[in-house]
Amino acid sequence: MTRSRTRLPSAPRHAPAASQRASESEPESASEPEQLFLPGFEPSHAAWQKAYGESGAAARNPRNRSGIEIAPLYTPADWDSTRYMADLGHPGGPPMTRGIYPSMYRGRTWTQRQLIGFGLPEDFNRRLRTLIDHGVNAASLIPCNSVYRGLDADAVPPVLLGTCGTVVNTVDDMAACYEGIPLGDFSTALNDPSPFTLLALLLNVADRRGVPRARISGTSNQSDYLSHFVSNHMFFRIALPGARRILTDHIAYALEALPRWNPLSVVGQHMQQAGATPAEAMGLTLSSAIQYAEDCIARGMAADAILPRFTFFFDISISFFEEIAKFRAGRRIWQRVVRERFGARNPKSWRFKFHAQTSGVDLTREQPLNNIARVAVQAMAGIFGGLQSLHTDAYDEALSVPSEEAARIAVATQNILKEEAHLTEVIDPLGGAYYVETLTGEMEAAIEAVMGRIEEAGGMYRAVETGLVQRMIGASALAWQERVESGAQTVVGVNRYRLEEAGDEARPAPASAPAFRPPPPEIMARQVARLEAHKRARSADAVRRGLDGLARAAESEGENVFAAVIEAIGAGATHGEVCARLRAVYGKGEPLIVP
Amino acid sequence: MDHPPKVLITKIGLDGHDRGSRVVAAFLRDAGMEVVYTPPWQEVARVVRLALEEDVDVIGISSLASDHLLVPELMAALGEAGLGHVRVVVGGIIPEADAQILEEAGVAAIFHPGAAREDIVETVRALSRSARDAREGEGAA
Repeated sequence: MTRSRTRLPSAPRHAPAASQRASESEPESASEPEQLFLPGFEPSHAAWQKAYGESGAAARNPRNRSGIEIAPLYTPADWDSTRYMADLGHPGGPPMTRGIYPSMYRGRTWTQRQLIGFGLPEDFNRRLRTLIDHGVNAASLIPCNSVYRGLDADAVPPVLLGTCGTVVNTVDDMAACYEGIPLGDFSTALNDPSPFTLLALLLNVADRRGVPRARISGTSNQSDYLSHFVSNHMFFRIALPGARRILTDHIAYALEALPRWNPLSVVGQHMQQAGATPAEAMGLTLSSAIQYAEDCIARGMAADAILPRFTFFFDISISFFEEIAKFRAGRRIWQRVVRERFGARNPKSWRFKFHAQTSGVDLTREQPLNNIARVAVQAMAGIFGGLQSLHTDAYDEALSVPSEEAARIAVATQNILKEEAHLTEVIDPLGGAYYVETLTGEMEAAIEAVMGRIEEAGGMYRAVETGLVQRMIGASALAWQERVESGAQTVVGVNRYRLEEAGDEARPAPASAPAFRPPPPEIMARQVARLEAHKRARSADAVRRGLDGLARAAESEGENVFAAVIEAIGAGATHGEVCARLRAVYGKGEPLIVP
Repeated sequence: MDHPPKVLITKIGLDGHDRGSRVVAAFLRDAGMEVVYTPPWQEVARVVRLALEEDVDVIGISSLASDHLLVPELMAALGEAGLGHVRVVVGGIIPEADAQILEEAGVAAIFHPGAAREDIVETVRALSRSARDAREGEGAA
């Protein structure tokens, strides 16, 4: 898609209709556009180059995080509108560069999906209700680290319970999380990897309330086990082969029974947070998506049935134009992959739907209120990148779990961008900018180079098994750290513009916003007591039958393991018991340490 | 002959985010130290056993999600194992109130996000020397 910088632009065409016709006669850039000189372009460009050279401006071009050299000026010699139909097209149609829907934010603004997770289920419920009052229309439940590890509250050091997420082990816990929330009308993303016990809990709550399972909407946010395996290990409960089998079953179940649930979110966020450059994060994520699609197709699912249910989740760093180009390029590559590689005919399959989160790694502990500005810039990059759903980080993230005040400001930032700054009125407003289009093309090439390396290694599953991906991410993390250490990358308040007054160093949240404190131990003791009460009250026989059925499904070829998880949970089994049983069959997830 | 400082870099508790611990391990190794590195999720007892077997001077704990709340337990366990000379440093997201608790428990240094590489390297080097001096002191006593 990129073109050589030495090429000269063709004459501009002013009449849109003529432009449209002319472009349509050049399908997919197969034929070279006629080369014409813009009147006065060359002498003027040469004069500018000379003036620039004499201005004393830095002669060396910087590189962005993905290693792409950034020129001081972009002109029609880099990109011009004769490439419009081939490179951009119109929103909602191939090549999807400008957005996946014809109306984008004019039709519907992005979903304001905030992460919530701390303490007891009732704490989650209270914070959820507060955020709903502030305009949030979807939430994302973060479970306690003990839940991530596949353990119940009674199996971990009490001091760690509920500090970083909500403790949810039983159907009663989940019911308390969503007390008073109409389950059929609220989108409830669950940060819940294989074996998807939280969704099983939620479906059992729906059963209890008489809400049809088919009405439950949301996303299995952390279903991408490959990204966990290489990035943060957080959601990696079950060894790779088991994780692979259960995810495929989970997708199959959702296709069958949960029309409003997105069973797969392919995640670039973890990899970028772990150190991958934006181009690497996008390339690796697309490679994972290809792997998952192939696994499903191998199980007999149709490409056009599964692909519309795929969603993506990315990090937005503060490298503004690079992030915008990353998203636009990703959209373009994905529509090409699904059409050419998987033969997808359904236009819904071509849509690269993604949620994005502002980057926590870019936030600083020093001068924490500066983070409000950082989050706003990151969020703008995501909006100009055409996201479908956005989480803005709280400014105090580098200090602790977000305080209520900081969480409120994070939501307000989205409302300001949307309603005060009017960012939503024009679709892909940066489209056609010489820089943005050139960079989009260059990011596309960098992303495809990463995908090529993975393909050569035998696909993403194989590439993480061998540690190739971990090495790639580790090297980039170290290179970034060195850039910050050397001062090549400014981080305000950290390596430049430090305030020397002692009080400034890591000033906590303002007095009006007390920093988050973990719940006191007696509160968590109550949660453990609840769990014990639950275990006493249930039918031991029913639980045993449920868990035995689960093990049989896991050992079988043909049964759906996720359906068996729902059954076991319905019989009274806890989250920890389900995970333990499956680990006994498949083995426990252990990180691969790559030197 | 003076052998290089020996450091154990590890994560205890439940969190798996290991970017920080990996980067710091690489720093220290590049600064000429001998680094023993473990995956996340180590139990306190295992960290003590490793420290003993590997005869380290300094233990670096990375904590991004409250796992530092287990550090006082680690300090006590090191003392009981006769490893009172081993210096412990903690890096990551450590709220102010918790930093105080850690210092009271005997943690020698805390590194917050944005800590400079040379600070970490120099501190660990100095702590390694003081750990060896302390051990010799214990040995002589």
